Amino acid sequence: MAPDEGRAETALLLRKTRFQDLLDHLVQAGYRVIGPTVREGVVTYDEIHRVEQIPRGWVDLQEPGKYRLRYDKNNPFWFSFTPGPISLKRYLFPPTQTLFRVRRDNGRPRAEAVIPDPPRYAFLGVRGCDVRAVAVQDRVYIDRQGQFSDSYYAKARERCLIIAVECQTFADTCFCTSMGSGPQVQSGADLVLTELPDAFVVRSLSDKGQAIVSALELPPAAPEQVAEADQAVREAAGSMERRVDTTDIRNLLLRNLENPRWEEVAKRCIACANCTMVCPTCFCFTVQEVTDLSGENIERRRVQDSCFNPEFSYAFGTIVRQTVSSRYRQWLTHKFATWYDQFGTPGCVGCGRCITWCPVGIDVTEELQAIRNSDGERGASA
Amino acid sequence: MGKKPRVGVFKFASCDGCQLSLLDCEEELLEIADRVEVAYFLEATRLPLTGSFDLALVEGSISTPEQVEQIHDIRARSRVLVTIGACATAGGIQALRNFASVHEFLRLVYATPEYVETLATSTPIADHVPVDFELRGCPVNKTQLLELISATLAGRRPNIPRHSVCIDCKRAGITCLPVAYGVPCLGPVTQSGCGVLCPSYNRGCYGCFGPAQLTNVQGLVQAYRRAGVPEDELDRLFHTFNAWAPGFRESTRPVPKETEGNTEH
Repeated sequence: MAPDEGRAETALLLRKTRFQDLLDHLVQAGYRVIGPTVREGVVTYDEIHRVEQIPRGWVDLQEPGKYRLRYDKNNPFWFSFTPGPISLKRYLFPPTQTLFRVRRDNGRPRAEAVIPDPPRYAFLGVRGCDVRAVAVQDRVYIDRQGQFSDSYYAKARERCLIIAVECQTFADTCFCTSMGSGPQVQSGADLVLTELPDAFVVRSLSDKGQAIVSALELPPAAPEQVAEADQAVREAAGSMERRVDTTDIRNLLLRNLENPRWEEVAKRCIACANCTMVCPTCFCFTVQEVTDLSGENIERRRVQDSCFNPEFSYAFGTIVRQTVSSRYRQWLTHKFATWYDQFGTPGCVGCGRCITWCPVGIDVTEELQAIRNSDGERGASA
Repeated sequence: MGKKPRVGVFKFASCDGCQLSLLDCEEELLEIADRVEVAYFLEATRLPLTGSFDLALVEGSISTPEQVEQIHDIRARSRVLVTIGACATAGGIQALRNFASVHEFLRLVYATPEYVETLATSTPIADHVPVDFELRGCPVNKTQLLELISATLAGRRPNIPRHSVCIDCKRAGITCLPVAYGVPCLGPVTQSGCGVLCPSYNRGCYGCFGPAQLTNVQGLVQAYRRAGVPEDELDRLFHTFNAWAPGFRESTRPVPKETEGNTEH
């Protein structure tokens, strides 16, 4: 069965004039709606209540090391932007969390867990790459046997609703088609919206999603509307120029651990960690124990960290990855090689954030291609 | 706990701002006084310099022959010596003299330069005596100072990160200034610790905390050059409070040979 045909049967129509009803219904259903909105010059994910908060008409320009937003008043589309620096990671795995506190009570230590109860989030306007990123993080944090799941993450995920919007425009930095994560959304979301000038074609992929569309009593979409929407997404997908050749990429990288390219990129890379911080799948954290002046109160915190932070590799009394090249190699080989060994998928979803938000404009797709081009050249300058 | 640890606060070439950060710990000040004996601190008490110290907090750079002797005396009296602030850890803004001739400065600034006894350079404390920990910043951050004191009292390593400012900007959800606005910012190569003060007010980082650990300053210099940041602006960016810190020192200017080391005037 061709996916588009199967999807068409159940497609409904949400007129833009009724979009506020969707937001209102989500709030009434007990969700905290997190959607795209413009703040501090970027499209971010923040709590929204009104349809006016959606960056309707806004278009982003992204290239290596550069992000700009502009408003086009003649643009009838509401979702003409691609992901900004913030991803769902911020909500599902907050940058800083206190895990427990210990205080001395009559000389005896007393521990108290303080992990908060996650809100019921409804993530709205999630693009294909970010839907896939959540699936990738699920494999990190949720143990299917249920033994070693991260309790906050697992609970936040169980409660949340994901409403995807398929992309019809791309930034120069996007490469989701190479990673198979977009722009079409076939799974991982509860509802999938595809935009037309005056409406959205809506498909439900889950019971939770079905409950929302049933409550809104959405009419079916006409076959020509569905065809028009899907055509727009397909055309856009065909226009994406940035690519990663993923053929045998795991083995390619692992046999190139001594490729001179790592030293070459280390001349440009400043190890600032922006790539990992904006990456929607990077999950590394550190754990800190903090005491107060009296020494009576102790707190354990979990803080988002990065493999580009030298202290991240502190072990046996020293920093193991002293050089920038070793840290860059660690990151790239984890994303595109050893991630497969750990989790059965690549760690990259092709959102391009690491390219845009690198202050020196290092392009991960270019680095991968350079490794591929010099594969087999012993000691040759890449 | 037996006797309270004896703490001394010392000053060399500096503006006193870092010492004042200690007095700025208003809410915690009584507790600090309760936990430690403040045995020498000219900004707060007139007690004379006597005996030895469990913890010496040293502010300021070494810029006169007299200070060279003093810092050796303080080191000899102290079990743990911690330098506080950019002057003590990197030589401070006054280390700009290291890039030029101190004689010229003296001639321009003072009516009778022959009365001024100074060294040709302003250098960090660690160039003269062993230092147990360096607390960066211009000025130091109050929370970090408290963390340092708490950790020292508890006998643990302080949680003072040495990574870039970017990590904390991203944790705080602050938009990247160089990427989104084209504003040159030192955050990518600067050690975090200020609580991302300037970026949260849409100002590029001034590098008050000096170079981040094992960073690549030249990578950022080259990128800003490519982006068209004028050379004089780039030079000013790196030549402020931490101009003499290794990394920033060689960022945009050749390091003059005659000012390397600590030549006396």
